[in-house]
Amino acid sequence: MKRASLLGTVRLGVNSLLLHKLRSILTTLGVLFGVSSVIAMLAIGEGASEEAQEQIRKLGSRNVILRSVKPAEDVVSGGEATRISSYGLTDFDFDRVAETFPGVLRAVPVRQLQQEVRLNDRALNPRVLATIPEYVNVTGRPTSEGRFISTEDQLRFANVCVLGYEVARYLSPFETTIGKRIKIGADYFTCVGVLLPRVPLGSDQPAPGADVTGEVFLPMETARRWFGDIQVKIRSGSREMEEVQLHEIIVEAESDEAVPPIAAAAREMLARQHKQKDYEVVVPLEQLLRAQETKRIFTIVLSSIAAISLLVGGIGIMNVMLATVTERTREIGIRRALGAKKRHIVTQFLVETVVLSIGGGLLGIALGLLIPILVEKFADMRTIVTPAAPLLAFAISALIGIVFGLYPAWRAANMDPVEALRHE
Amino acid sequence: MASGGPGSATAVAELRDITRVYRMGGHEVRALDGFSFTFQKGEYWSIMGSSGSGKSTLLNLLGCIDRATTGSYRVRGEEVADLDDDQLSDLRSREIGFVFQSYNLIPQLDVLENILVPLFYQDDPPADGEERARALAERVGLGSRLGHKPMELSGGQQQRVAIARALVNDPAIVLADEATGNLDSKTALEILALFDELHAEGKTILLVTHEGKVGERAERTLKLRDGRIDEVCENRVGLAPDGNSR
Repeated sequence: MKRASLLGTVRLGVNSLLLHKLRSILTTLGVLFGVSSVIAMLAIGEGASEEAQEQIRKLGSRNVILRSVKPAEDVVSGGEATRISSYGLTDFDFDRVAETFPGVLRAVPVRQLQQEVRLNDRALNPRVLATIPEYVNVTGRPTSEGRFISTEDQLRFANVCVLGYEVARYLSPFETTIGKRIKIGADYFTCVGVLLPRVPLGSDQPAPGADVTGEVFLPMETARRWFGDIQVKIRSGSREMEEVQLHEIIVEAESDEAVPPIAAAAREMLARQHKQKDYEVVVPLEQLLRAQETKRIFTIVLSSIAAISLLVGGIGIMNVMLATVTERTREIGIRRALGAKKRHIVTQFLVETVVLSIGGGLLGIALGLLIPILVEKFADMRTIVTPAAPLLAFAISALIGIVFGLYPAWRAANMDPVEALRHE
Repeated sequence: MASGGPGSATAVAELRDITRVYRMGGHEVRALDGFSFTFQKGEYWSIMGSSGSGKSTLLNLLGCIDRATTGSYRVRGEEVADLDDDQLSDLRSREIGFVFQSYNLIPQLDVLENILVPLFYQDDPPADGEERARALAERVGLGSRLGHKPMELSGGQQQRVAIARALVNDPAIVLADEATGNLDSKTALEILALFDELHAEGKTILLVTHEGKVGERAERTLKLRDGRIDEVCENRVGLAPDGNSR
């Protein structure tokens, strides 16, 4: 009987609300937008942070990356002055890191060359990287065909190269590039392998000065032999010559715990060895932590916005319910005269607000699930809807109905029946 | 048929020394001032008096939606002053049937649901409530309109629904407050005829009115003045079919 009468009360509440359809719908808008913004913003925030974290993870969370940076004061401003700027990481740095740092699993030197890559009549300017066989292990990018640079290549100064998937496709769209002779700069290199494509990401743009996202890899020793340490960059009319021994040293730590000491040691060592700040130390793990912190702040900000809109929605509901209570004073009087207890009146009005807020909540969930889909489609952003978000939003909307319905319901129940009956 | 003076075994509403004082602004208004009376089962009374005579206050007290400042009021032997708000509500849902001047049906409910409202609020609703409501709708001549909303009915029909609602809980007293006040004279006579029939069936009816002709339809009339009984008179109309005879 109790359950049946509750069901009856809910049906009654819905009936009363349907009596003023437009008003009921408008009332739910606040909750609707609040709930949908909770879900949508959480989904967008989650997607963005996931994307950032994935990018960082791709750099390797156990890696410490030392990078050469052209010092600021070395920038030649205009003029046709031709000079050699010498900066960056050195082989000496690499040896020290690889051989003396504790906790280092492997270290990989990378040199970047500015060379045109050509196969027959198709030419490209990708990133040409000279490195050692270990590179593949550090970055975790397996080959799709053939093999990566081997130790033997290093020892023999072999004229071989490995192409990134994108480069290989551009140079030879219809057949494999394995075994083909690729012209890099002025010399020919036999292609021995092709790497798998990168995981495509929203912001995966080609590196500055490169045409495609893919890369070309050469054995370090071979590259040094053919191209030397000095490179000529032609940039908007002026020629710049740079002498950089290594552009990057990727250090992989044995464990996550070993990452911070290695980063600290690298910073200290480089600070002592380099007169100018011509390097940077990138620690993806630190970035990961920072990204998580950013995500936390992001979530707090978004939740506050959502909370405010839900609060506004709740106040809207309360306002309308107070008006409804006043409007239905007479009905309350009648019901009281016919035997309704205070709790019956409270239940009746509370059920109405809860129906309103849950109705708004459900519509809000629908809209909130739609928004991420639209965002993904039109703004090309990744979004992730966690299952907890709609549940949370639903619970919040029900709670809002109860919290903001309580006062109007209480007011209704505590009216004097005689006064209420006299109300016009 | 109207038997029984004070002391009869079937008193449904006993009022002893009832005083009801309102505070308006600075001064007190004694709406009822030492009112004592006993209504017996099956009686049909009209309560009359000019405005300010205390008849509305009396009606509210009888209907248990208001409490006396001092004095004792028993409904079927139950002392109202001892009850808390919930118990009082329960008493209303069991023992009181209200018929209002402006019908006071609940607009979003249909006829059957409106009739069922008092049972809805009972702690222990009877199992045959819906049958009873259907029978009463039939009894007041609205058996074919159970699914209609009040807005779809005429004033007379709405008042019939209200009367059915007032009877559904088989109350000790049916309180009618200017029940014909909003109706045209022909419809009013129909409603009064319905009251006559209910009286004949043994219902206890108290009809509050300021219209002499309506008041005379009751078996007896209680006239109030300044919160006290002014006059008690027997009306010899009985069940005269023609209300205009006087």
